[in-house]
Amino acid sequence: MTAAIEVRAVEKRFGNVGIIRDLNLSIAQGERHAIIGPNGAGKSTTFNLISGHIKPTSGEVRLNGDVISGLQPFEINRRGLSRSFQVTNVFARMTVWENVRSAVLWATGHRYAFWKNVDSLPEVRERTARILEDIHLTHRRDVPAGLLTYAEQRELEIGITIAGGATVVMLDEPTAGMSHAETERAVSLIRRLTEGRTLVIVEHDMSVVFGLADRISVLVYGHIIASGTPEEIRRDPKVREAYLGEEAH
Amino acid sequence: MTTATTSVSGPAANAAGENLRFYGVWLAGVIVLIVLPLVFSSGGSLTSFSLIGIAIVFALSYNILLGQTGLLSFGHAVHYGLGGFTACHVMNAIVSHGWPIPLPFIPLFGGLGGLGFAILVGWLMTKRAGTVFAMISLGIGELVASSSLILRSVFGGEAGITTDRTALPRMFGWTFGPQIQVYYLIAFWLVVSAIAMYALTRTPLGRISNAVRDNPERVQFIGYDPHVVRYLAYCFAGFFAGIAGGLAAISFEIANSAYLGAIQSGLVLFATFIGGTAYFFGPILGAILVTYLQLGLTSVTSVWQLYFGIIFIGIVMFSPGGIAGLVMMHRPLLRAGSLWTVIPSYLVAIVPTVALACGVILVIETIARHSGGEASAINLFGIAFNPKSPATWIAAAVLVAGGFVIARLTWRRVGEAWDRAATVARDRGYLA
Amino acid sequence: METGALPRIVHEYAVLELIVISILNGVLFGMLLFLLSSGLTVIFSMMGVLNFAHASFYMLGAFFGFQLTKWIGFWPAFVLAPLLVGAIGMAVERYGLRNTHKHGHVAELLLTFGLAFAIEEIVAMIWGRSPVDYRVPALLDFPAFTIFSTNYPAYKIFMLAVSVVIFVALLLVLRRTRVGLIVQAALTHPHMVGHLGHNVGRVFMVVFGVGSALAGLAGVIAGPALVTQSDMAAALGPILFVVIVFGGLGSLPGAFVASLVIGLVQTFAVALNGSLASVFGPLDAAGGPSALSDIWNVTIAQVAPIIPYLLLVIILIVRPMGLMGTRES
Ligand SMILES: Nc1ncnc2c1ncn2[C@@H]1O[C@H](COP(=O)(O)OP(=O)(O)OP(=O)(O)O)[C@@H](O)[C@H]1O
Ligand SMILES: [Mg+2]
Repeated sequence: MTAAIEVRAVEKRFGNVGIIRDLNLSIAQGERHAIIGPNGAGKSTTFNLISGHIKPTSGEVRLNGDVISGLQPFEINRRGLSRSFQVTNVFARMTVWENVRSAVLWATGHRYAFWKNVDSLPEVRERTARILEDIHLTHRRDVPAGLLTYAEQRELEIGITIAGGATVVMLDEPTAGMSHAETERAVSLIRRLTEGRTLVIVEHDMSVVFGLADRISVLVYGHIIASGTPEEIRRDPKVREAYLGEEAH
Repeated sequence: MTTATTSVSGPAANAAGENLRFYGVWLAGVIVLIVLPLVFSSGGSLTSFSLIGIAIVFALSYNILLGQTGLLSFGHAVHYGLGGFTACHVMNAIVSHGWPIPLPFIPLFGGLGGLGFAILVGWLMTKRAGTVFAMISLGIGELVASSSLILRSVFGGEAGITTDRTALPRMFGWTFGPQIQVYYLIAFWLVVSAIAMYALTRTPLGRISNAVRDNPERVQFIGYDPHVVRYLAYCFAGFFAGIAGGLAAISFEIANSAYLGAIQSGLVLFATFIGGTAYFFGPILGAILVTYLQLGLTSVTSVWQLYFGIIFIGIVMFSPGGIAGLVMMHRPLLRAGSLWTVIPSYLVAIVPTVALACGVILVIETIARHSGGEASAINLFGIAFNPKSPATWIAAAVLVAGGFVIARLTWRRVGEAWDRAATVARDRGYLA
Repeated sequence: METGALPRIVHEYAVLELIVISILNGVLFGMLLFLLSSGLTVIFSMMGVLNFAHASFYMLGAFFGFQLTKWIGFWPAFVLAPLLVGAIGMAVERYGLRNTHKHGHVAELLLTFGLAFAIEEIVAMIWGRSPVDYRVPALLDFPAFTIFSTNYPAYKIFMLAVSVVIFVALLLVLRRTRVGLIVQAALTHPHMVGHLGHNVGRVFMVVFGVGSALAGLAGVIAGPALVTQSDMAAALGPILFVVIVFGGLGSLPGAFVASLVIGLVQTFAVALNGSLASVFGPLDAAGGPSALSDIWNVTIAQVAPIIPYLLLVIILIVRPMGLMGTRES
């Protein structure tokens, strides 16, 4: 079976600073894959490279076997890859309902239609309602997204990301800044919503990572130094030295 | 959980009522349009109403760009003007070829003229949003305005292209000679265009336009190409601006290069922004106000455009939501029943504000008369001021300085009262 | 043979003369444009605000220059008027833009748009709508040199000298001073401006003031040579925006090159009287007036006003970032 995401020898330079160096990563279909690493390691940059937000200097990225590096983000999204952002990135002046609905429209095939009334599309309405229910924001449906609390915005961010029904979902630090209880709720939410899909997640909270991931990759200075099951990563001496050692104190 | 269920079932239960209100507002608008010329039937007011109708269509079309898609255009009049020229040429062609197309269909051709140019240049223009788009729209506007003076055979040079609306085939026996018939024609197209533009905001494209306005980056990650969205919005805006231009061509029986110039582009921006871009009815208010001021002020003062500029700057600085935003701000307070606590502070603040405004008007009029070399008295609310008398200057200085200082204090009080009222509204769940 | 050669030589001299004079005038116009576009570019890069009223500050410079010249003579005016304009610019930043900043860039742009509109009306109210009699100072009112048959005025040489001096001074300030380094950092890393520290407001105000003062200076020196009139800002403003979009928004070298290109192209276009008809012969007369015959018969000089905008369209097709731009928006 072809891998869901295959990153081959990707380099990314900003000016003459190499931020990502010889990045190789393979994520199988249906796998829950966590990327961890210290601040500034290039995790978000990796997300940007895969999702088409920035173009690699060299190397290629494949989605379900097809080369996607060089495509526009919306083309990649239409092929079934969806991502969230580390810094909340929603439609601030639109209501919660409209935020989620916007993310549903393309996937339900309504595209740029200007001859349909958006309020009388039953499948759009049902799907939007279901996702709002899932992310526990039904009671806030008519509130502009910019006025939500921080934790609510993070949940909305997840909702927008999964609304299109993408088969590959990438979440960049979804629980950052949440309280313990909020984190727990978010993790069970993520677990439920990505059932049967491929998940790539960046996370600093080790309990989340080890509780959720099937496999983990450790990124340090733009290079993956280890990749494996949580058990393997826990035991890997390189990882302990470069990363987990820091976490410990 | 109980609050969640109640507030969800709330809108559903209210849906019928909401619907009724919604159609009621539109129906009321149509009735007003029908009755208006029966109440104010003088030729002057009919012309004013016609102008206002055209301005509303134009401003609504502009808001497809500014309010809906977040595109600030400094050259929207290009589509208005080209719509007007297209309409004139089509009318002349109909007359000379004897085609059986009656006048009421002409605005459609105007719309196609505006749309055609939008299709042509829009793709290039909407590649980028923000400041770059603003600058490019200005450049294209200047390009077309200057070219129109070169292509004399198409645009008729300085004189423009004239036409005769009564020479077209009749419909329902109407000649469209009398202004009242033209008024009803404009009113008809106003209603049709407004409904169409409102409907557009309720389509997938309309909703995604808002998303592009709020966050063009994120839109790319939910499957949409923001460039395509902007382009389509631009085409629709061009189409409806063209309809407005076609209506203007019918009303004036002429199209000239002033139609597509920078001033016309600036006026529609003023009208839309002053009215408020965040609500569909905002540009309608703005178009009514700006056209009315334009007609009213020109006869009262020689420097009416300066007042426009000042009003515009005031709105940008103190109420960027425009008049509509200002009105709608009060809705949650009204519902929560805490609005009345703010009103007294308003009443107090209005006095020094009006004094300040009077002072500014006195200063401007005095200077204008001084450099214009005329000495006619300044008539302010029935009081005559002699622009040459030091008493006037002192009055102006006192009004400006005193008004400014006191207005600042009183508006701070309004702010405090407002915060208290908003807290009440928030507690009662009417404000997020 | 003999009789035909002389006119040809005369003609060639005339062409040469036209070229030399046009290059001089073109560079001069280009340098003036750069005096304006440099300030506009730096302000845009640092604050993200495209100052629509920049050309209005140029106009204020010209009118202040005119008025002060009348009261106290040209040379004091030459110093005072730009300072006055700079002070107005600082006030606009401090009391206008800073308060509007929270409403976003569109609101800021609209504020400067309203200002441009209001300034034009105020100028028209005070000085009228027809050109004022702003004369070249007597000290510089003589021909500097004669090329072929044309006297080149000393005042234009003075203008050129002033703009070159300012250009060099700007370079030195950018390269050698603290504020210059901050500005440079802002040009390359616009998102870092926020980290300038607590006096970021002061830096903005000073930069805005200096940019406005430069525009004012351009107005003071250009006023006597060009026409000082209440519509001069509206006429120059759009060209200024073409310059900075053409050069690449936020790029100072781009603004410099674009200023010179547009200055030269405009000047040459105005000087040329040729049309397609004069090159290829008249169009078949049977057609009567049409769009084609309009284009065929129009002279390059008549097209001059639209040439900058045509350049804008071309650059957008070929290189949407502008000549030297690197930034998306
Ligand atoms: N557009 C850019 N231009 C220049 N440098 C950049 C750019 N984007 C990211 N970088 C740099 O690349 C490095 C990696 O950044 P990235 O955001 O990918 O780190 P990260 O692993 O996600 O860190 P964190 O855990 O803090 O989110 C950082 O040093 C950052 O400064
Ligand atoms: Mg990151």
